[in-house]
Amino acid sequence: MTTYYSEEHEWLTVEGETATVGITQHAADQLGEIVFVEQKEVGDDFEKGDDIGVIESVKAASEIYAAVDGEVIEANGALEDNPGALNDAPEGDAWIYKIKLTNTDQLSELMDLDGYKSFIG
Amino acid sequence: MIDAPKRTPLYDLHVELGGKMVDFAGWEMPVQYPMGIMGEHNHTRTKAGLFDVSHMGQVILRGDGAAEKLESLVPAALTALKEGKARYTFFTNDDGGIMDDLIVANGGDHLFVVVNASMRHQDIPHMAKHLDGIEVTEIFDRALVAVQGPSAENVVGDLCPAARELKFMETTVAEIKGVECRISRLGYTGEDGFEISIPEDKAVEICRAFLAHADCEPVGLGARDSLRLESGLCLYGNDIDNSTSPVEASLTWAMQKRRREDGGFPGAERIQRDLAEGTAKKLVGIKPTGRAPARAGVEVQDLDGNSIGTITSGGFGPTVGAPVAMGYVTTAHSKPGQKINLLIRGKAQPAEITALPFVTQNYKR
Repeated sequence: MTTYYSEEHEWLTVEGETATVGITQHAADQLGEIVFVEQKEVGDDFEKGDDIGVIESVKAASEIYAAVDGEVIEANGALEDNPGALNDAPEGDAWIYKIKLTNTDQLSELMDLDGYKSFIG
Repeated sequence: MIDAPKRTPLYDLHVELGGKMVDFAGWEMPVQYPMGIMGEHNHTRTKAGLFDVSHMGQVILRGDGAAEKLESLVPAALTALKEGKARYTFFTNDDGGIMDDLIVANGGDHLFVVVNASMRHQDIPHMAKHLDGIEVTEIFDRALVAVQGPSAENVVGDLCPAARELKFMETTVAEIKGVECRISRLGYTGEDGFEISIPEDKAVEICRAFLAHADCEPVGLGARDSLRLESGLCLYGNDIDNSTSPVEASLTWAMQKRRREDGGFPGAERIQRDLAEGTAKKLVGIKPTGRAPARAGVEVQDLDGNSIGTITSGGFGPTVGAPVAMGYVTTAHSKPGQKINLLIRGKAQPAEITALPFVTQNYKR
């Protein structure tokens, strides 16, 4: 199990061909209190850079961008009733998707934790 | 504009309190403090919030017949405004649109006027040009702060007993910590509260004294916006502008009978026609059925997918606990209870027209 980070402040914990995806605590803190999450549906496929959902905070709407190519195999339904969980545990229970990776070579373009920490300064 | 953003006399205090500073209408203002927008909103509804509104334009009008002359620019009855009273009104243009909204207070030997930060540059020359024989003085050496919420009477009244005697839309001059301030019982949150004009060199000291009260916390522009939206109060530039008439904007209540009948303000002809014949569109409250906030610019459709209007303000209402919005819809679809759809990111989301305000106003009348 390895966790990768993107410049769009997402994390991916990879196990073989699948990954759990969410936003970082840093991103959640920047967004402010989150009041709504719009997610893709199971079976939707996407390419790196695609907009794969929207997070609405009390301040503004922000897109979630795909860090890699893949397909949604599960969306975290708990976020529908409790979007605020994304502020409390964005790197834990409040994951957003489980995805199937369709191009694992792209993982090498992402950062590890140390790289991400220096990226956000 | 390439000018560096301006700072209010409270800038250093905002930074010290952890305010997240943003550019707003050319001013560096706190959008929120560490408590966060939702916490600050709820604190204002249950206790008291301190807001810096020093970026707004404070203006003194002095001279014979100031109220009568100002009536030539606004549709409010100002000659009937007694000393110690304040009134909400707006400058209208020749087409009956709204140039800005403002508060006019009768200070006895002068009128005290407060205009929006973004419109100061327009409003002050506008008054200077049209108010013949009236001295129009913009005040640059006073801060303006608002203390709002059910505890505001105690927060301000503990330091200034005279404030407790004021009712909604009344104004007086009184000392706070030995400093002469103009205190008006009004605001823009839907809650009881005060706006207080303070000499700039005493503003920090007096604000610290307010904040020393257990119930008072600093509140930023983020919560100011959600508070005014839940209370159904228009934001100039969003909900009202040069193209909207006060009748369309459901602001007929702010035009007193004599002025509606006699006219004598810019655009009176269109406004009187709107009053007599009704308008094609109307500003209404809109309540999304789901959880997705509908923000300014979202298209409003009828259930058949025809475009019937646009959201002008929208977001999450912390007190309502759900998204809330205001916008213009065709008058035929403007009745509370009317089902509509909102086109959010290309998808039609159900919503309903609702009466404003979303949260009952809590003024001390």
